[in-house]
Amino acid sequence: MASQRYSIFSVIKEALVGHTGWMPTWRDASPKADYDIIIIGGGGHGLATAYYLAKTFGLSRIAVVEKGWIGGGNVGRNTTIVRSNYMLPGNIPFYEQSLKLWEGLEQDINYNAMVSQRGVLNLYHSDAQRDAYARRGNALRLHGVDAELLDQAAVRKMLPFLNYENGRFPIHGGLLQRRGGTVRHDAVAWGYARAADQRGVDIIQNCEVTGFRRDGNRVTGIQTSRGFIGAKKIGMAVAGNSSRVATMAGLRLPIESHALQAFVSESIKPFIDGVVTFGAGHFYISQSDKGGLVFGGDIDGYNSYASRGNLPVVEDVCEGGMALMPRIGRVRLLRQWGGIMDMSMDGSPIIDHTPIDGLYINAGWCYGGFKATPASGLCFAHLIARDEPHPIATAYRLDRFRTGHAVDEKGQGPYPNLH
Amino acid sequence: MRIACPCCGDRSLDEFIYHGDATVTRPDYSMPSALDDFIAYTYERRNLAGDHQELWYHAAGCHAWLVVARNLTTHRVLNVSLARDVALARLDTAEGGA
Repeated sequence: MASQRYSIFSVIKEALVGHTGWMPTWRDASPKADYDIIIIGGGGHGLATAYYLAKTFGLSRIAVVEKGWIGGGNVGRNTTIVRSNYMLPGNIPFYEQSLKLWEGLEQDINYNAMVSQRGVLNLYHSDAQRDAYARRGNALRLHGVDAELLDQAAVRKMLPFLNYENGRFPIHGGLLQRRGGTVRHDAVAWGYARAADQRGVDIIQNCEVTGFRRDGNRVTGIQTSRGFIGAKKIGMAVAGNSSRVATMAGLRLPIESHALQAFVSESIKPFIDGVVTFGAGHFYISQSDKGGLVFGGDIDGYNSYASRGNLPVVEDVCEGGMALMPRIGRVRLLRQWGGIMDMSMDGSPIIDHTPIDGLYINAGWCYGGFKATPASGLCFAHLIARDEPHPIATAYRLDRFRTGHAVDEKGQGPYPNLH
Repeated sequence: MRIACPCCGDRSLDEFIYHGDATVTRPDYSMPSALDDFIAYTYERRNLAGDHQELWYHAAGCHAWLVVARNLTTHRVLNVSLARDVALARLDTAEGGA
């Protein structure tokens, strides 16, 4: 397979020849009659799964089918934050592995994903919240994950312009994960697509799944808008639309689809170094390398398949921003959009077999799927290749609600709109 | 998005609290299939793109529970009824069919 290695030398060489020698980043493949493994969904998780199937598990005859184009779904619609500051034992090793994979990703896939470990700071605003954050930080450190509890003076030194004297929500300090940060989201899709393609994975765009073909209790292939494609094993990685695809296989999932909005302001000079979250509401913000403030808050709170949001949440997010850093009040909003989230019943994902032989599911990422992309791909590939869960993803079972082993990080109970 | 409350009229969305799929109903605990039925009732949802029956509570208004029919791809509200009326109609159907 023709491939081109990216480096400073390739950039200089192309500059000298007027950028006429760049090759397509991946092949736009047409479907073959059958494959060993088909991954449904050409988002970050699907592409990462295909990549690790080929690289880590040495498998071939793999295809990724995508109904639209690569990077056109949630992998290109999120606020690009990566971190591993989860608290529950089922979550910490998984998200920490993901952060470690982020740290080595660019060398691994030879693609500049702009991984920037600029720090994630969660602010606390009361004594009780400080205790809760201390507990979370201790849980992280016991698992070997970095966490620092900062007092107000330390936060003031980092971010002198926050509203510390807010009458209702004074800032007392924060829990900082220095290894957290941001990653260029589109580059993650493109980089994984290129790396998978170089290992022979067929990436088939504009190919929508319309049904499954079965022989008894075993899947034998998928019906698509580009015809039937046979497969021995099929993995679904279509968060946002998991219920729609699973319904074609006769499954009903513990998932609701909800809209989450994100916002980008006009570009301004360097202002916020890392990622900052407001602990008294739901508001998180960072600044992109282009200068735009990238921020968001709660999901809209009711089932939706419309990729756009409603005004009450816009107001709520902006109120959070103004309470935290009033000086952004005169910055103009450039773009606002919505994406559809797989909100699971406990706020945690699912990476598991389905009751149908040969059909595997990767779903329920709520609004935390982006940071999980590398580990999700690795664990889903492990499950499909070896037919057993990866040791760090054993908690993400589809039947955990039946057996009472929910992984409820927020302690909200089975209300997807509250996670 | 606005919801026309049968008691209060056309009201802003942020007066209401969402409570999910209105088609799931509490199973009969005395049935042999009760365990499966309760798991499905508590955790499993149809969640398809299209028309959706859902419960809303008019928290900043008349405190009525409503069943709203709404399209999930357009957010268009198709119908609003009092949840009490929907439940009574369901009861009538069940008794009528028995």
